[in-house]
Amino acid sequence: MKATELIPLLWVILVTGATILLGVWATKKSSSASDFFVAGRSVNVFWNASAISGEYLSAASFMGVAGLVMKNGYDALWYPVGYAAGYLFLLLFIAGPLRRFGAYTIPDFAEGRFHSPAFRKVAVSFVLFIGFFYTLPQMKGAGVTMAGIMGWPYFVGILVVGSVITFNVAIGGMKGITLVQAAQYWMKVFAISIPLFVVMSVVGFYNKPLEVARGDATGIPSIPGDVIKMKGKAAAPNNALALSSARVSLVKFETDTRLVAVSVNPKPKTGDVFDASDALNAIGSTLEISSSSKDLAVPKDTLVQVTPFDVTAADGKVGKASLKFEFAEKAEIRVTAPGNQPAAAPNAPANGKWLNPFGPLTSKNGYPLLYTYSLIIALVCGTAGLPHILVRFYTNPDGKSAKRTTLWVMVMLGAFYVFTPIWGSLGRLSMPILYASNSTDSAVIKLPMMVDGGGIWGAMLSGITSAGAFAAFMSTFSGLLVSMSGAFAHDIYGKILKPSAAPEDKMRMFKYAAVGIGAVSMMLGLLVESFDIAMMVGWAFAIGAASYFPLLLLGAWWRGLTAKGAATGMLVGGLTSLAAIITTMLVDKKVLTVELSPLVRSLMEQPAIWAVPLSLLLMIFVSKATAKEVPADADTIMLRLHAPEELGHSKDYIS
Amino acid sequence: MDDAQKRELTNRLIKRQLNLSFRIAAIFVLILIGLPLVNLYLPDLAATNIGGFSATWLVLGVLFYPLTWVLSSWFVKGSEKLEADIVAEESK
Repeated sequence: MKATELIPLLWVILVTGATILLGVWATKKSSSASDFFVAGRSVNVFWNASAISGEYLSAASFMGVAGLVMKNGYDALWYPVGYAAGYLFLLLFIAGPLRRFGAYTIPDFAEGRFHSPAFRKVAVSFVLFIGFFYTLPQMKGAGVTMAGIMGWPYFVGILVVGSVITFNVAIGGMKGITLVQAAQYWMKVFAISIPLFVVMSVVGFYNKPLEVARGDATGIPSIPGDVIKMKGKAAAPNNALALSSARVSLVKFETDTRLVAVSVNPKPKTGDVFDASDALNAIGSTLEISSSSKDLAVPKDTLVQVTPFDVTAADGKVGKASLKFEFAEKAEIRVTAPGNQPAAAPNAPANGKWLNPFGPLTSKNGYPLLYTYSLIIALVCGTAGLPHILVRFYTNPDGKSAKRTTLWVMVMLGAFYVFTPIWGSLGRLSMPILYASNSTDSAVIKLPMMVDGGGIWGAMLSGITSAGAFAAFMSTFSGLLVSMSGAFAHDIYGKILKPSAAPEDKMRMFKYAAVGIGAVSMMLGLLVESFDIAMMVGWAFAIGAASYFPLLLLGAWWRGLTAKGAATGMLVGGLTSLAAIITTMLVDKKVLTVELSPLVRSLMEQPAIWAVPLSLLLMIFVSKATAKEVPADADTIMLRLHAPEELGHSKDYIS
Repeated sequence: MDDAQKRELTNRLIKRQLNLSFRIAAIFVLILIGLPLVNLYLPDLAATNIGGFSATWLVLGVLFYPLTWVLSSWFVKGSEKLEADIVAEESK
């Protein structure tokens, strides 16, 4: 093994070893049930803020955001902004009252606020649902990253992350992981910032890619003729090669390849007039290939030329179009241009579309403003509705420190997120070949390698970012595992199955649950290799936004909320969002062949804009209709949620 | 303390707390709604060149984070003050 391959491995081993040791060390102090579920409610503001930030910054934040900014430009800046902004709403409306309620899990709030054991069952199933949707991308990220850095098989990364964290959680519970997650936050900030400063000193400052883009609005980055590894149908829609409509491209197939389809890109609208008969020519080969070929075998060493052509729209406007290849299986290709000209990067948006608002991400369905707002609502309300984040607020000593913690979380998250778009921008400037292979989300790992053209220093820096990514998988998974094990041991076992259980029994059950859920997570992780990371996180956000966020918002501030009202809103909001988002995914994967109108599609892809108001309204209407069922002690509970501790009305639901 | 007194105290707490929360939320929502509108209707303003950045990129990519810090520390200070006030009123 070469030194440049060994260095990232050493970094990953270092971060994994540190995680185990810190976990074991912190566990010495973890002995009671309260330690396991809520870290003894004694975590101070600085450590808790570090731990919440460490838990929240997942693979999607560490690698995904940079990739989205590289791929979509300005529009993707809304992602980190929305992730951070969600905490402002948490702070304004939820953090204080939630802590003052003083339970162990979020389903405790559901039952305790209304004295409704039935509602706990609804709430606990949402915790597990959201938890698993959020866990799978962490598992996949671990598998894929290790495969990318070390060339290990997919399952190795999953086994490493899964077993290390399951061990940590099972021996130490919430108290055991708090210190680990806090340390991992600082590792991640270090890993996202220090290598970036070195990369910037070599390729240019943040404003350079933006100035390049501004200078030539129709320009597209050029790529060298290196081998490009394409993904297969399982990764759809990330198996596409959309060739530039500005320049002629030559595509050389370096392996025997199967194409699902060749099609005109952008997709023609009704009334468009064009002639694509000369768009595609196989050079020196008898291969029958055209702009509408389907299920086609392309032999190794075939060279095709793709020439852009004019499209006249129904209103007389003339635009350019080219072709898109969709790959059925993994393949290797090269993209070049005739006459030794530099080739235009496939799949890359033109400079103007990348730099300016309402680019490819938000305009794809034709309603850019609507899409932007839906995205903002989904991210903001989703963040404020994630049970594994919310549960951490119980670990504060009191309501006041819960608010201060949230303030520090926002500072820490901002200090992290401000760097991620810089990675994406520099990726566009210096490594546009990542567009072609649809792997922009590896920019954070790959970009550092170019500081010395594949030498030791590049490997060192890439090792640091790889270790940061690894810390991200581990810290987020540990938070999810605590939240799910807590739901299982405390809510399902301790409250539903065996209410007579002693705290020691619940603690033992917590350990069993951690091992069991850890094992199930690893097994499910092995099955989702072909799923899209950002997509699965999107599901968790969509469900959280339309279920827990409305519950906590109204539950904390409106005395008149009833269990029936809250449950109806949560179920309908959460399930319709899920149905909408899964339908869109099935359409994308071509399992379902329904023609969705662009407006309907926008609303289904980002359901929060209608699902959150729907859930809130249902909660209000059904509660009004069942007003007789407002709990008799609603006044006492409301006072407990809002009274400063000094007044002496405070009482933890579980002390 | 009976239920009526509890409700009176709760309402007082909630009213002041929400007053503060809604004021800050309103500013924040105004920015979240306003920025896409500026981008759509005043694209030249949004694209103003500031040291190589377009103005709108600078706002969303960089300045937005310190803004959330200012708003949240305003809230935390205000919230702690109003709770101290209520404690003082109650202990009279």
